[in-house]
Amino acid sequence: MLQGHLIVLVAFAYLGLLFGIAYYADYRADAGRSIIDNPFIYALSLAVYATAWTFYGSVGRAASDGIGFLPIYLGPTLMIALWWLVMRKIIRISKSNRITSLADFIASRYGKSALLGGLVTVIAVIGILPYISLQLKAISTSYAILLQYPEIRMPASAGVERLATDTAFWVALILAAFTILFGTRHLDAAEHHEGMVAAIAFESLVKLLAFLAVGAFVTYGMYDGVADIFSRARADPQLNPLLTPLEGVAGGYANWVWLTILSMFAIMFLPRQFQVAVIENKDERHLNKAIWLFPLYMLAINIFVLPIAFGGNLRFPGGGVDADTFVLTLPMAAKQEGLALLVFIGGLSAATGMVIVETIALSTMVCNDLVMPVLLRLKGLRLAERRDLTALLLGIRRGAIVLLLLLGYLYFRLAGEAYALVSIGLISFAAVAQFAPVLLGGIFWKGGTRGGAFCGLVAGFFVWTYTLLLPALVRSGWLPEDLVEHGPYGIALLKPLQLFGLAGLDQITHAMIWSMIANAGAYAAVSLLGTRDPQEARQASVFVDAYRQGDTPGAPFWRGTASAGELHRLLTRFIGAEPADSAFREFARSRGLAWPSGALQADANLVYFVEMQLAGAIGAASAHIMVASAVKEEVLSIEEVREMLDEASQVIVYSHRLEQKSRELERATEELRTANERLKELDRLKDDFVATVSHELRTPLTSIRTFSEVLRDNPGLDPAERARQLGIVIKESERLTRLINQILDISKLESGNVEWNPGPVDMEEIVGDTVAAMRELFKENRIELHTRIPEHVPPVIADLDRIVQVMLNLLSNAMKVCEPGQGRVEIALTRGGDFLRVDIRDNGPGIDVEDQDAIFDKFRRAGVAGVGKSHGTGLGLHISRRIVELLGGRIWVVSTRGQGTCFSFTLPLAIQVAVQHQVLA
Amino acid sequence: MDDRDVKGQRLIALFVLGCLLFNYPVLSLFNVAAVAFGVPLLYVYIFAAWALLIALMALAAESRR
Repeated sequence: MLQGHLIVLVAFAYLGLLFGIAYYADYRADAGRSIIDNPFIYALSLAVYATAWTFYGSVGRAASDGIGFLPIYLGPTLMIALWWLVMRKIIRISKSNRITSLADFIASRYGKSALLGGLVTVIAVIGILPYISLQLKAISTSYAILLQYPEIRMPASAGVERLATDTAFWVALILAAFTILFGTRHLDAAEHHEGMVAAIAFESLVKLLAFLAVGAFVTYGMYDGVADIFSRARADPQLNPLLTPLEGVAGGYANWVWLTILSMFAIMFLPRQFQVAVIENKDERHLNKAIWLFPLYMLAINIFVLPIAFGGNLRFPGGGVDADTFVLTLPMAAKQEGLALLVFIGGLSAATGMVIVETIALSTMVCNDLVMPVLLRLKGLRLAERRDLTALLLGIRRGAIVLLLLLGYLYFRLAGEAYALVSIGLISFAAVAQFAPVLLGGIFWKGGTRGGAFCGLVAGFFVWTYTLLLPALVRSGWLPEDLVEHGPYGIALLKPLQLFGLAGLDQITHAMIWSMIANAGAYAAVSLLGTRDPQEARQASVFVDAYRQGDTPGAPFWRGTASAGELHRLLTRFIGAEPADSAFREFARSRGLAWPSGALQADANLVYFVEMQLAGAIGAASAHIMVASAVKEEVLSIEEVREMLDEASQVIVYSHRLEQKSRELERATEELRTANERLKELDRLKDDFVATVSHELRTPLTSIRTFSEVLRDNPGLDPAERARQLGIVIKESERLTRLINQILDISKLESGNVEWNPGPVDMEEIVGDTVAAMRELFKENRIELHTRIPEHVPPVIADLDRIVQVMLNLLSNAMKVCEPGQGRVEIALTRGGDFLRVDIRDNGPGIDVEDQDAIFDKFRRAGVAGVGKSHGTGLGLHISRRIVELLGGRIWVVSTRGQGTCFSFTLPLAIQVAVQHQVLA
Repeated sequence: MDDRDVKGQRLIALFVLGCLLFNYPVLSLFNVAAVAFGVPLLYVYIFAAWALLIALMALAAESRR
């Protein structure tokens, strides 16, 4: 059933489906309705990290190494926790500088150095070739195995077949064609490949489902669950040791750690990861979901690895079947054709995903950072004068894709059989790890220089070649074994696998240690010992300070001559007439100008803008060369640049601080001023009060003392006289007591420490009581006292004692000012709205208008001309006002000199009763 | 910017936690011939710790304080 034709048909159908998805996604993107602007798609696209290595190789490694395959996935999980800091910064820098690739990023950071860009590209290409060959191997091997169904036979080794019949060769060509269709149909100014992203998000799902399916089948279909598999493994003496693989071996833990570190770098610096994570990122906020979704994906795709590995070991003991193929051969052994086909498609999916993204990313780097800078400098070609370069750019990329796949195939033929899949992949990991010091240093350390980066990369790459690539070639028979056994020229210390005597380590760990030492060491040393030019300094600041920049980083340091028209022509040549026109129009509009017109000046900002647009198409380094030649810039000396930078930053900081300080000063002054005013006022009041009180207290005290002394010194005083004088003493004592009580009262009222008993109070009764109490006094002074009280007096809310106090105070005041024999005092009650009003009218001399407000103040007595009747304390009205106001009412006086006085106050009615009564007269 | 700083710090803390959980001292504790749910202890531990770490990262990354 599983014949060659069917397999090939299904494979092509699947590839066609991928292409259809990509095409649709591109179409939607062009229409402005992107379907990949979605955090789930972003997270799934990151899963391109899982290639045929994950699909086939993990099981292969687990079968011989137990848990040793897992650091490859734990490392990224840990690294992603740091992504919030690191990746966000990289994404931000890349977006604002229109970075198009990993090489572009590094080149741009170190002063837009074309040399560095080229070096990074070379390292990336050479480093990734093993990885590509791994995918080819996986596809061709799985196809060959599936073809043998129902037999399970391992295919012959790679180098044996002729080219024309070598599956891997055809796979390489087909993938090349497919990738070209995917990624180089047109040139996107920002290197976005929405179709590609959609397709690999889909294929991430397919490979996950396929793996989970075969995992579930092996675990629950072929055996009775995980417990069953492991108990059988424990019973097998050969498999038992695998269950505690990290036992006591120092090398074991070192390997574990370095493998973790290695994959932490890989998740960042593999060209395909950089492409999907940074360049294709649509929105920084997608990171939030990616930070946990992607590790979750890795967890899910690894859960069944161990069961499958041990299941395979149990099913195929003796090593007859390559463990790398267990994922496929187990369902085949169980005669599950459909599942086996699904697994094949899953593996195909994983491999093609990797190849597509990786080669597109690499071809971009090759075109922008390796080929173009060289071509642009070749005067002979006169590229600068060609009118339309897009065709050339696309051609270079397509050629690069084909070349990369053919080179990958070449590596497969030469060295692919020597290692298991995982080991091949790790070699590539170690290669891209060389970018770590340079890139991470670049975004966190301004001191990293171009020279340092160059030396670091060269040193690291050299060590990598010597400790990993060389041994791989030796192992495949292309170089003499003597090299590894005894070192070059017999120098044992330089043995590629035991450099300087460092033994007992896994090959990868060994290589990592030495290459990182060489790389980081050279980078740091050369950077610290060397100097930077102005361009580097500027770029360093732009990158390291990315979080503090606005959208357009830094004022450009240009002094040059050009015209806007020249710049426009330059831009047109590379990105086409229409995009160039619209870009210029937008720029002009932001200046309030129109384009085309003569008004747009080719100032530093326009030059920078044009360079940015250009960088999107041909990379930062090449763009810089082009614009520089067009603008004929003058080179600023490092001193001038540094001065400008320093000055600018200083001025900003200084003015900031000034602003802050002056604002704070204003605020403080204002607060101080108001506080001062208040204090002065209170002080004055206090002085007044103390002075007056002392005076008031002294007066009766003096009388009391005087008269008492008289009584003491004159024992023979007339009894009537004595009685009279004693009377005065008693009266003054009473007055003193009254005064002190009132002062206490005031202080209680003012501080709120009063004991209120508010309740409904019948004013009619109050009036009656007070009138009765004062009647004798009024009769004595021959002053009339009348009342005018309506029929229904609604109750008010008040404190009984306090209201009586007020009434007595007002009545006695009224009485005191009236002329005996002629005086007439009237008390009237009226209802108004929600209040009851009490008027106490007298026909005394009246109060001057000026005094009417002041009369309620402390210690004021109405100054009655010529009549010194001031037996009061001057506090009575003040206290009355306080009481009335605290009860929710008002008190006031209406008076005209010579026509009497009317004191009035209001009290709120008891609400529920108020509603029922009519308006009274 | 405050919120993001806290987020960054929490994630860094999770990074450190992960480094501890998956490295020598702690890992060796579980590298014994014991069994949990029929599965070797080491495997159960690693996958459980991994799942826990992911859950914590999800909480930290998605929180909007």
